[in-house]
Amino acid sequence: MREIFVSEIIDTVEKLCMDANYYLNKDIRDALEKSLVTEESEICRAVLKELVENANVASNLQVPMCQDTGMAVVFAEVGQDVHITGGNLTEAINEGVRRGYEKGYLRKSVVEDPLIRTNTGDNTPAIIHYNIVDGDFLRIILLPKGFGSENMSALKMLKPSDGIEGIKKFVIETVSTAGPNPCPPIVVGVGVGGTMEMAAILAKKALLREVDKRSDTNHIRDLEIELLDEINKLGIGPAGLGGRTTAFAVNIEVYPTHIAGLPVAVNISCHATRHREAVI
Amino acid sequence: MITITTPLDKKTVSSLKAGDLVRISGIIYTARDAAHKKLIELVNEGKSLPFDLTDQIIYYAGPCPAKPGMVIGPAGPTTSGRMDAYAPKLIELGLTGMIGKGQRSNEVIEAMKKHGAVYFGATGGAAALIANSIKSQETVAFPELGTEAIRKLVVEDFPAVVLIDSYGSNLYESGRKKYKR
Repeated sequence: MREIFVSEIIDTVEKLCMDANYYLNKDIRDALEKSLVTEESEICRAVLKELVENANVASNLQVPMCQDTGMAVVFAEVGQDVHITGGNLTEAINEGVRRGYEKGYLRKSVVEDPLIRTNTGDNTPAIIHYNIVDGDFLRIILLPKGFGSENMSALKMLKPSDGIEGIKKFVIETVSTAGPNPCPPIVVGVGVGGTMEMAAILAKKALLREVDKRSDTNHIRDLEIELLDEINKLGIGPAGLGGRTTAFAVNIEVYPTHIAGLPVAVNISCHATRHREAVI
Repeated sequence: MITITTPLDKKTVSSLKAGDLVRISGIIYTARDAAHKKLIELVNEGKSLPFDLTDQIIYYAGPCPAKPGMVIGPAGPTTSGRMDAYAPKLIELGLTGMIGKGQRSNEVIEAMKKHGAVYFGATGGAAALIANSIKSQETVAFPELGTEAIRKLVVEDFPAVVLIDSYGSNLYESGRKKYKR
């Protein structure tokens, strides 16, 4: 049994909040650079240049790339041989978010009651997904999720007979309806299978995979490639101004499901698709 | 590139066409969801607004806190569609410009055509870069809303594109049509 003191968790989460918001991940930067070459629309190339320049300004000044520094989504893999000491794990993660958003000059975008809508003032609570795993470590993945793209996401309980064509239709419809709103070029996270909530979590998790990595499963990889191709035929383009680069990737995660069901969730993420992880 | 100095008068509004690249200088006001709700409440109660809307531009934005020594934190556009329920009334009251990102409702576009207003786009997600063009900020209403308070910004060469002009032409639609396969 390994002991991990909560202060270490707090410090780690604090840093992840700032780093995820300040620094563009390499896979996205590479995708931006690549699309600068392939994008046919002049005005969209100008947008892509702005996004590269914006990432440079943000990292140089250590300020967030986007003013929507998101709601903090945390995936925590807790090794079952770990004993958390000095406090409560969930509270430690929230304290890390609280400190990271305050010290990092990040925007506090969380409201307490969804109808009364008073800002909590410290960007807590985080949305935390726990997973118990083998080992004596704690892996924390932090994904600050902006709502420009979150609002364009959707979930549908398809019938098994809808099959692969039904999935394609729903994903493309969702991206098409989103149009310019989620700050394209987007990353499309798709969750297929499980139950309603599992599909949604899978779609969120799918956003954590690098945009240049395809699924290990053959038929899923083929579906990812085909969907990306179809999405980039929609003509939405960077910032939605009309162009070829509507999405950088379609990442699909699957899970066993019920004989009667085919849940599909589409979680859209903006061109920054921010996430950072640390292992304690 | 077209340079615009605020206030944005009707003559300038009518000269702008969807797809025009512009640089805006002068005073603009930030307002987003909560501030719009409050503005409309004031209108409905017959009370005066915190600033005169005539020939003004509202920027749909809620900035990050400013780091020490900086004028403002990153301040990119938010999705405009959430302000669609409120925008036609503000346009009727004299608002001539809106800066944001994303689609607008038919009601907003009809109000823009009827009263003469333009919808500009700033690049979503380019918040750190956009902040460079903001030279000063002052909270003029609803400070209790924090990031959602109404701020008076002085901007210089604020980069934008005309997304929808006062004739209803829409760059999102024409651009997408051009590149759709």
